[in-house]
Amino acid sequence: MTDTYARLVSHGLGRDLARKLGLPQPAELRRYRPGQPLIDGPVLVGGSGPGADGIAAALLSWGLDVRRHAVPKEKLGGIVLVLDAVEAPGDLKQPVLAAAPSLRDLAPGGRVVTVSRVPGGTPATAAARQGVGGLLRSLAKELRAGATGNGILLAEDISPTAPSALGALRFFLSGRSAFVDGQFVRVSSADGRMPDDADAPLAGKVAVVTGAARGIGAAIARTLHRDGATVVAVDVPGAGDHLAEVANGIRGTALQLDITRDDAGQRIIDHAVQRHGRLDIMVHNAGITRDKLLVNMDQSRWGSVIDVNIAAQLRINEALLASEHFRSAPRIVSVASTSGIAGNRGQTNYAASKGGVMGMVRATAPLLAEYGGSINAVAPGFIETEMTARIPFATREIARRLNSLQQGGQPEDVAEAISFLAGDSAGGISGEVLRVCGQNLVGA
Amino acid sequence: MPMDGQPQTVRKAVVVGGNRIPFARTGGAYTKSSNQDMLTAALDGLIARFGLQEERIGEVAAGAVLKHSRDFNLTREAVLGSALSPETPAYDLQQACATGLETVLGLANKIRLGQLDSAIAGGVDSASDAPIAVSEGLREVLLDLSRAKTLPQRLQILARLRPKDLAPDAPNTGEPRTGLSMGEHQALTTAQWNISREAQDELALNSHRNLAAAYDAGFFDDLLTPYRGLTRDSNLRPDTSPEKLASLKPVFGRNLGSEATMTAGNSTPLTDGASTVLLASEDWADGHDLPKLATVLDGEAAAVDFVHGKDGLLMAPVFAVPRLLARNGLTLDDIDYFEIHEAFAGTVLSTLAAWEDEKFGRERLGLDGAFGKVDRSKLNVNGSSLAAGHPFAATGGRIVATLAKMLHEKGNEGGRPALGLVSVCAAGGQGVVALLEAYSEGTTPGEIHD
Repeated sequence: MTDTYARLVSHGLGRDLARKLGLPQPAELRRYRPGQPLIDGPVLVGGSGPGADGIAAALLSWGLDVRRHAVPKEKLGGIVLVLDAVEAPGDLKQPVLAAAPSLRDLAPGGRVVTVSRVPGGTPATAAARQGVGGLLRSLAKELRAGATGNGILLAEDISPTAPSALGALRFFLSGRSAFVDGQFVRVSSADGRMPDDADAPLAGKVAVVTGAARGIGAAIARTLHRDGATVVAVDVPGAGDHLAEVANGIRGTALQLDITRDDAGQRIIDHAVQRHGRLDIMVHNAGITRDKLLVNMDQSRWGSVIDVNIAAQLRINEALLASEHFRSAPRIVSVASTSGIAGNRGQTNYAASKGGVMGMVRATAPLLAEYGGSINAVAPGFIETEMTARIPFATREIARRLNSLQQGGQPEDVAEAISFLAGDSAGGISGEVLRVCGQNLVGA
Repeated sequence: MPMDGQPQTVRKAVVVGGNRIPFARTGGAYTKSSNQDMLTAALDGLIARFGLQEERIGEVAAGAVLKHSRDFNLTREAVLGSALSPETPAYDLQQACATGLETVLGLANKIRLGQLDSAIAGGVDSASDAPIAVSEGLREVLLDLSRAKTLPQRLQILARLRPKDLAPDAPNTGEPRTGLSMGEHQALTTAQWNISREAQDELALNSHRNLAAAYDAGFFDDLLTPYRGLTRDSNLRPDTSPEKLASLKPVFGRNLGSEATMTAGNSTPLTDGASTVLLASEDWADGHDLPKLATVLDGEAAAVDFVHGKDGLLMAPVFAVPRLLARNGLTLDDIDYFEIHEAFAGTVLSTLAAWEDEKFGRERLGLDGAFGKVDRSKLNVNGSSLAAGHPFAATGGRIVATLAKMLHEKGNEGGRPALGLVSVCAAGGQGVVALLEAYSEGTTPGEIHD
């Protein structure tokens, strides 16, 4: 699971050599550690109007050093481009080009965040808004040294300082979004609230994580615990020993359960409510792969992948939606996959299940809205896990480098995105798919 | 005021749940695991299931039958290696195969008396990692050598060594006072009670089928945590058949004059494994938002004079159960589940035969006639030691946790809490039996409150 190449070219002779030969030089990403500042260095807020003013005020209230105009040669932690008021493509020029020279001053691990609106309105307005998409995604590919670019898309009547707009802004500026690059998050309602303690945003909440015995699931369980949640770690009985280790490490409880059982949802609810008094967050992480070209696919490979990866989630969600214990701003976060977006040779069954997850998330969002709830998916790209460590060397090496950050993500990167979507500040984001892929160059 | 002979219960001791690791045939998956490793793993699984990390449990009691001398503080060491608070006290207990059940009874009594609010009972055994001692001759020489002061003295002592002294003294399961192995002892009893080969094989078959069905139904999902790649008991043969069992050659009782009936199929193999049971007062369980599956009502120990052949080595429960039930005003007909440890199929069947025997009832149990008949459909319904295996001290914990869950699921069917009886025979002619009841609010029969 270690990226030997990345270590080799990160310093000394290897670094010089890679530079001369023009080889990829993956940077060490800036990742969140509890207690560290939100972002190192001042943040330049570009754009004008009430939206930009509101965001600048919010950044100030978080204790950040805010600039409204670039100070030449000053290293910047981040640049926020507030473009919520653009009405025609020509409106982009001034704010974008004014901020452009500052990109040179962006510190390693820096952040660029655009704030704009969901395409709509007059043809010219829609063009301007959609233009931000192409602009941001291209810019993200130009950034170096572990810097990333992401965007916030506001629905028509949502203020740039709506709770979830600010929640997403915090997430993107922070080290929590290290492997999220070139992505947009859509804020569709004014629901949600900023947490009382930014270092414990899930304090007092009870979260269930399936597939928690190892890999990404174990990282999710640990991250939710770090963020203050009490965690019920779920995995199949056969993985119980690893599950116990995870649960004991985070003072949670282990629930050995085959999630494809008909009563799995009820068992999860019963355990959470009886042991911990409530259930706030459901993370559907459990998933399996049974790869085969479709021409060689058999009943069992197809059936088990669909059953575990999507049918079980649907059944569990049905139980959750019917439960009176899942009514207080509940959160569901599912793990999808970039395979479900772009497709992957040999993974028709897996991609069907993960595509299914995204469809389910979209259609479930309205059902949770009346309880102030939300449901979203996170689609990981290439993540360094035991599973991807088994991919043959050359294929793995290519898969790792084919993204803007030129490296694989860590399980913790996926976990951070899930923790963000599981928190109060993401209440206005629902039915979305957030990719954690380092801006994968394939299937964007 | 309590009546004479009635258990004086101050408060209830409840079974919250249990955890064990799958049992492994000796020389299998746990060959390299020590008793401490396995007990720690079983504890950590229990801790994870019930969220007991950093919890100071009132007391942990466990033990092992085959024990290294270095493991003088086995249970405390396992606690220190677990996720429990290091401020949790622990003690070791040893009563042969009844070790596990006795830890449950002892700790439950402390809870009932208010000395403890929470406790973990357990047991572990490894026949794979069994201690091997040096011979008596070598041991005496080594001890004398350590006391010698001069070189000539040392040489003189060393000269006493003979080649045979260098042979290790391996442990065996033979009875010290008879020289007979447990299997040979049981063969005598099996023959005495005319237990047929077919009946023994049938009991073994049911044990495997019941255990396999319980696994398939997910019954053990919250009773067991995998260990070292094992997710089920390695002795379990779900596909065994009457024909397969009938084809096995007898291994015990081949020189008794009567037909030898005991095979490797209807006797338990040597096994490695560990089990734990979480016990608590009602308040402690409630305060920790934990379930209350069953109440530990009462227990009884008995021993028989097997040395002079008065009774079979493993027949002590035959005497303990009637005493236990009489004290609680119960008969065999009141029991919903019987958990009779299957040391050998012959042990269970000899026990049932003795209880059904008029003469035995009158002459040995002091009753008016036969003690009674056990409804076989209530016997070891989720399998027992013949299928699961029998890591001596771990069997009691396996049975108590399994039975507590069964009683909880049956609940108040029939207008009263379900009752379960545990019977475990042990080396040295001993037996320990216990009475459990599905947990229900309020008082239970035979319970006295002040």
